Amino acid sequence: MEFKAFLIKYAEIGIKGKNRYMFEDALIRQMKFALKDVGDFAIHKQAGRVFAEAKGEMDFDEAVEALKRVFGITGICPVIIEEEKDFDHLAQVCCRFMDEQYPDKNKTFKVYGRRADKRYPMNSMEFSAEIGSRILDCFPEFSVDVHHPDILLTVEIRDRVYIYSDVIKGPGGMPVGTNGKAMLCLSGGIDSPVAGYMIAKRGVRIDATYFHAPPYTSERAKQKVVDLAKKVAKYAGPINLHVVNFTDIQLAIYEKCPHDELTIIMRRYMMKIAEHFAEEGGSLALITGESIGQVASQTIHNLAITNEICTMPVFRPCIGMDKQEIVDIAEKIDTYETSIQPFEDCCTIFVAKHPVTKGNLKAIKRSEKALDDVIDDLMKKAIESVEIIRVQP
Amino acid sequence: MEAYFDNGATTRVFSQVKDIMIKVMGEDYGNPSSMHMKGVRAEQYVKEAKENIAKTLKVEPKEIVFTSGGTESNNMALIGSAMANIRRGKHIISTRIEHASVYNPLFYLEEQGFEVTYLSVDKQGMISLEELEAAIRPDTILVSIMYVNNEIGSVQPIDQIGALIKKVNKDTIFHVDAIQGYGKYDVYPKRWKIDLLSVSGHKIHGPKGVGFLYIKDKTKIHPLILGGGQQKGMRSGTENVPGIAGLGLAAKLIYEDHESKISYIRGLKERFVRQVMELPDVKDNSGEAPHIASISFKGVRSEVLLHALEEKGVYVSSGSACSSNKPAISGTLKAIGLTKDYYDSTLRFSFSIYNTAEEIDYAVDCLKELLPVLRRFTRR
Repeated sequence: MEFKAFLIKYAEIGIKGKNRYMFEDALIRQMKFALKDVGDFAIHKQAGRVFAEAKGEMDFDEAVEALKRVFGITGICPVIIEEEKDFDHLAQVCCRFMDEQYPDKNKTFKVYGRRADKRYPMNSMEFSAEIGSRILDCFPEFSVDVHHPDILLTVEIRDRVYIYSDVIKGPGGMPVGTNGKAMLCLSGGIDSPVAGYMIAKRGVRIDATYFHAPPYTSERAKQKVVDLAKKVAKYAGPINLHVVNFTDIQLAIYEKCPHDELTIIMRRYMMKIAEHFAEEGGSLALITGESIGQVASQTIHNLAITNEICTMPVFRPCIGMDKQEIVDIAEKIDTYETSIQPFEDCCTIFVAKHPVTKGNLKAIKRSEKALDDVIDDLMKKAIESVEIIRVQP
Repeated sequence: MEAYFDNGATTRVFSQVKDIMIKVMGEDYGNPSSMHMKGVRAEQYVKEAKENIAKTLKVEPKEIVFTSGGTESNNMALIGSAMANIRRGKHIISTRIEHASVYNPLFYLEEQGFEVTYLSVDKQGMISLEELEAAIRPDTILVSIMYVNNEIGSVQPIDQIGALIKKVNKDTIFHVDAIQGYGKYDVYPKRWKIDLLSVSGHKIHGPKGVGFLYIKDKTKIHPLILGGGQQKGMRSGTENVPGIAGLGLAAKLIYEDHESKISYIRGLKERFVRQVMELPDVKDNSGEAPHIASISFKGVRSEVLLHALEEKGVYVSSGSACSSNKPAISGTLKAIGLTKDYYDSTLRFSFSIYNTAEEIDYAVDCLKELLPVLRRFTRR
């Protein structure tokens, strides 16, 4: 008995009223995208359920891994589909199913029969009880527990009969594409890929901006960010990665502004440039990996100063998380190993020994005045320097 | 303009080497162990390569074992000979300026209970013969010393070292890592009393993934790779015939008209060093080797200068390229007593016959332009 199909459970989509079809269609689209390299699947919805059915051979583990990356899915149930609805036949199939799935029979179970096809001669209660007793006949080691069973064997009688017992946890969230697009500030560190993942989980498509500073940062540092974008794209779908040359702005700040304010001022201009590309590409918000107090530039004072320059909302999904919590997610989505490769990024090259931790907006703006003659020109040049890489998972 | 000055990391292959490899892969692709014609043809390439190499070293062809490159040669020399002579003693001598492919096998042997003495070097990167003589004991089974250092190009007096070792303890095996030396100097293992000698193909305009270990006849050594018993059991695995054919030809070609090749490269190096030393705040760490210039640029981080040169088409390395993707501190630069602000600021320029005087002058011009700009923006 080999699984060739999955019943997909989803939660929040179900309650979205008249928009529901849109969410379901997005879910199906994302599932198709995720499964396209796994095999040939027919994906269809039917009475509040989505099924993915392999048309030919499929690798079970590979398919489950792919589906685990589709936001909107709360549960993945490997399911056996039977055309033949005859009770004796179904009872036999259920016994075989229980036998093969549970070699250790020292377990409790319950049969949950559902009859969407009301023409079926038995009602749901009778059907469940009868299947249960047949299973007990075959395998007396099992016992029945209708309140807290180890195994919940579900048998749904519809156009065909669907039999399943296992629910593999999905990632939750909402299908990507149902909630617009946002621009991720991707640095190459641990936090920003996690931030991108978390916002994508809410159904948001992702674009990204990366600032490099040749010759202070290397081609390998850039490649690392492309690799990270690739990993995020496994969940979020294709990402337009904007690579911006930030060297001249950084050097101008370094020369003309107080050294201890360097990082804050730099981040303000980065946000401004990211916002430019966000507007250009139809993103409605910015995403950063900031977390309160993690480093000097992320104290609440300095976050407020960085935030002040943007008119778009800035999403900071890691804001209340400890480093270890962020690392845990990074490990789960497989970005951690890439993030910790030791290439210099443009935030670390000119770091002050004692950067300002309680920045003052007025003081920062005063410092920025020193850049007045050059900054418009430099910003323009930086924006023109952009290289857009279409990153596919 | 493009100027590839990273020939210590790897070199462009001779075009004849490329041609012979294509021929082997496309036409004479047999397995040397096969009984039929195709196998015999392939075996001939291996035989000819051995003969070519043996001729350059003035040794017997049967004393050459092909490997996957310098790292494997060093691993086999150290671990293979240490394990084979474990009953005679457990003491090994090496230096503080070896390559990682010597160090890591030595660390492994230390874990296995061997004792290793690491000889110090002076500011020029040279070991002291007195220190070596004092270190050799009756239970010293192996001395491993690098011929030409890969980071600064210091050249050890291998002939004197060989004579000294054998004078003090004739049973001590002498291994030389000649990966940066072979092809730059004449190397005569017999005359210099070398028992084991490691060479890599891609440093001498041969292909990557192939090298050899010279093993003096009757030297006690175990193979590291076991299998079908190829190469008389010393290195199992189907021979990398295209690589071996390429290596054999490269060895032959590099030693043709050798003196003029080397004086050309040395000329480039001297032209470069002379001009660079006219710039302010630079320090020359280069040793005697004809192809390696090691220069420290005070106040400039080597990685930044490297990438700035890269933008202008000048390719160099910081420390030794093999370890450059993890920013570890160079052992050699530390061993010769460079202080931190210098070894963080050191680049290696390494030259080959494919470089030109114009490239040298261009690179110097680039440095003249870049250094003042980069020094303006150093970490405060």
